[in-house]
Amino acid sequence: MKYYNKLIFEISEKNRIGYSLEKKNLPEVKLPNNIKRITQAELPEVSEFDVVRHYTNVSQKNFGVETGFYPLGSCTMKYNPKINDELATLSGFANIHPLQPAKTVQGLLKIYYETQSMLSEISGLAAYSLNPFAGAHGELAGLMIIKAYHEKRKDYQRKLIIVPDSAHGTNPASATVCGFDTVEIKSNPDGTVNLAALKAVLSNEIAGLMLTNPNTAGVFEKDIQEVSRLVHEAGGLLYYDGANLNAVLGKAKPGDMGFDITHINLHKSFSTPHGGGGPGSGPVGVCEKLVEFLPNPIIDKKGERYFFRNSKDSIGALGQFYGNASVYLRAYVYMMTLGKESMSDVGPLAVLNANYIKDSLSDLFELPIGGHCMHEFVFDGLKDQSTGVKTLDIAKRLLDYGYHAPTIYFPLIFSQSMMIEPTEDESKETLDEFINIMRVVAKEAVDTPELVKTAPHNTIVRRLDEVKAVKNPILKFRDIR
Amino acid sequence: MHKYLPHTESDIEEMLKVTGAQTLDDLFSSIPKKLRLTKPYNIPSALSDDNLTKHMKNLASMNQELVIFRGAGSYDHYTPSIVKSLISRQEFLTSYTPYQPEVAQGTLQYIFEYQSMVCELTGMEVSNASMYDGATSTAEAMFMAHAQTGSSKILVSETVNPRIIEVVKTYARYRDIEVLLVPSMNGETDLSFIEKNGTGSMGLIVQNPNYMGVIEDYSKFADVVHAQGGLFIMNAEGQSLGILKTPGEYKADIAVGDLQSLGLPLSFGGAYIGYLATKMQYVRKMPGRICGITTDVEGKRAFVLTLQAREQHIRRAKANSNICSNQSLMALAVTIYLSTMGKQGLVDVANESMKGAHYLYTELLKTNKFEVVYNKPFFKEFTLKAKFDVKAFENALLKKNILGPLHIGDNNLLFAVTERRTVAEMDLLVEMAVNQK
Repeated sequence: MKYYNKLIFEISEKNRIGYSLEKKNLPEVKLPNNIKRITQAELPEVSEFDVVRHYTNVSQKNFGVETGFYPLGSCTMKYNPKINDELATLSGFANIHPLQPAKTVQGLLKIYYETQSMLSEISGLAAYSLNPFAGAHGELAGLMIIKAYHEKRKDYQRKLIIVPDSAHGTNPASATVCGFDTVEIKSNPDGTVNLAALKAVLSNEIAGLMLTNPNTAGVFEKDIQEVSRLVHEAGGLLYYDGANLNAVLGKAKPGDMGFDITHINLHKSFSTPHGGGGPGSGPVGVCEKLVEFLPNPIIDKKGERYFFRNSKDSIGALGQFYGNASVYLRAYVYMMTLGKESMSDVGPLAVLNANYIKDSLSDLFELPIGGHCMHEFVFDGLKDQSTGVKTLDIAKRLLDYGYHAPTIYFPLIFSQSMMIEPTEDESKETLDEFINIMRVVAKEAVDTPELVKTAPHNTIVRRLDEVKAVKNPILKFRDIR
Repeated sequence: MHKYLPHTESDIEEMLKVTGAQTLDDLFSSIPKKLRLTKPYNIPSALSDDNLTKHMKNLASMNQELVIFRGAGSYDHYTPSIVKSLISRQEFLTSYTPYQPEVAQGTLQYIFEYQSMVCELTGMEVSNASMYDGATSTAEAMFMAHAQTGSSKILVSETVNPRIIEVVKTYARYRDIEVLLVPSMNGETDLSFIEKNGTGSMGLIVQNPNYMGVIEDYSKFADVVHAQGGLFIMNAEGQSLGILKTPGEYKADIAVGDLQSLGLPLSFGGAYIGYLATKMQYVRKMPGRICGITTDVEGKRAFVLTLQAREQHIRRAKANSNICSNQSLMALAVTIYLSTMGKQGLVDVANESMKGAHYLYTELLKTNKFEVVYNKPFFKEFTLKAKFDVKAFENALLKKNILGPLHIGDNNLLFAVTERRTVAEMDLLVEMAVNQK
């Protein structure tokens, strides 16, 4: 990769411009001084070509899904199809104002409605709202629904949300933001729910349980029906964190497992790009008895006419409009590309890819959980730890070989977690090459451990001083000067 | 076989051998049989790319593209073509959150540039890497104030966009936070109400320009709110910050708002981007990601996510916010837009919007079909009271392919004019108004 290290502010030249603007022959407006900006914003002064070359160079410091294999566990780094981008940004979608009358946006409302219908079918739930902007936002919506449901039943004492210790950090954080207290329960060694631990915390104060299934260690909750029975008997609701839905596409439905509420990350299972950290889309789905609690506005249908409506039991509005339309449009295109013929192949092939890598490397890497995994699995570092090479070192060394690193040090239930998720889009050849490099790195860890411990060596920057960034925060251009 | 699924039958066979399973279904033995699906989903059949393109074009044509005089949080501004072209580069578009900084310097660098520009726009000291939209960033600012002050009461001016108030109320309700609406006096926030009722609250949320389009003078507000121990939170949309007094200049503690007007398409309301900026003293209560500068082992300047101890993946149940994915790609779009427009362009484009809005306001009043409602300074949106049936007006305009003003109750109409609206378009709107009864 080329080393380009200038900030856009550092190529700025006084009085250079990069825009064109028609000036209307109308009188200038003079605002009173008390409401006018006092000092002008110091934005860059650059030509259009300066901007293009700058951001092209900046982009080349990034590793994308098209650059190479991206086995980031729990992130489902699929191929992001080009046709999704093209069709989601057609002018008939891009140039539509969110406050246009419903009769002038029937095409978009139809896509919204059909996307939520397909998600309902795929997950076995009654209805969806596409309004949440991201996975964590969908979680928040789901938890609000849990709270609204209990409050409607005057079950006010239900203030506790159970979260296994193997859960994503957003789960407990969302519970707190929603005004719940979190009860963390210890998992079994494979990250699955410990039934005894669950039973011990169940009471009439439990509002619900949040679960990822398969869990963050890539293991399906084999006792899910029992978990469901116990939670429901205690009067709680069961929440499905859809981050790992890709594993069960074509194989099982969260609704059948007993889940009452889900969120689905369209930027994971349904191929929309991650964008360097968003925009995502986190539709929230519910079973029949919770439909009226979905966020407002709800998009509904009468005959062939689509319209907005507000539900009086709704948790309320979650955003200014109706979610990230440009994202769910892409997911819709993806679903229509796979269709009923191929959607069911996604889970099995993703699971095959994960098992293939796992079983090809388990002689060299510590596999804490036996048996077949789902779409991802966790290694607990190298088997041979005598040279002191840690998971972090292996991750960094993979960067040298042109691979993105797996998710590391998560889940928290193992000390050297290295979580690998290949997705169904990767070919056997890609997996074989990755397996080969993992074996090379494992051998280097024995033969030349220092080389691995000081990796990366070939990236545009090497290991960073994160402590310095915290101690001496430089958070904007002005802080440098 | 499918173009996204590369496995041949022999691949599957060879790979299964390595796993010790006989069939793909065997890999799912941990799923109870009863739960395993035996037939395909009941969803539509797959479409070929060509047919899907026709299908989507047909659906797109069922949406009416209009000449837009409506705003209220979403604005029809011009975006230079380089914005879409650059944010479509796969290195930006398809990468994950920059958790491996050595191979994500591109994302980290533009986050740093974005934070710098948000601080320039708002006059604040520190910005995060983005929020979902202007409404959720306002609600998150409330959580910051809650964490900072420990109070469970927030004051929100009635002049704030009701859609933003709705979201604030949703977030507040589940956290047992009381939302006290501050009444408006002649289109402006009533400061005397705050003086009487603000003590013990976590602070005040206002918007500038406000929902009705009025540019309020908040010069006296910060001192009042601070004396009561609260934080002063100001919502302001992107383009207005080019020429209006900034939250920083009004001594606000937290600045929030939507930046859709700076390079993002209307796109039916999303994906947009919220910003959140504050003073350094509150940085540890700030939600979301923050990028900083450091050096690598060779002393090279590099960018890295920092102050992460605030965030959900570290603090879990003790985090102030649950935000994880934000609107990173939109932050890039805004950064490229602001680089292209630059120091002078942002001022010029804001002035063009404002000139148009004032021309339309004057011309509409000349028709005698409207009454002045507030008679206060405004930027690109303004409210007039119509003396005719507003629903009929909307429909008449739609027939001419115009999205007219938003009806905001009481026969009041909220007009928005951006730099894209031509004099001819405005004249047509005026002519249509003349014919209303």
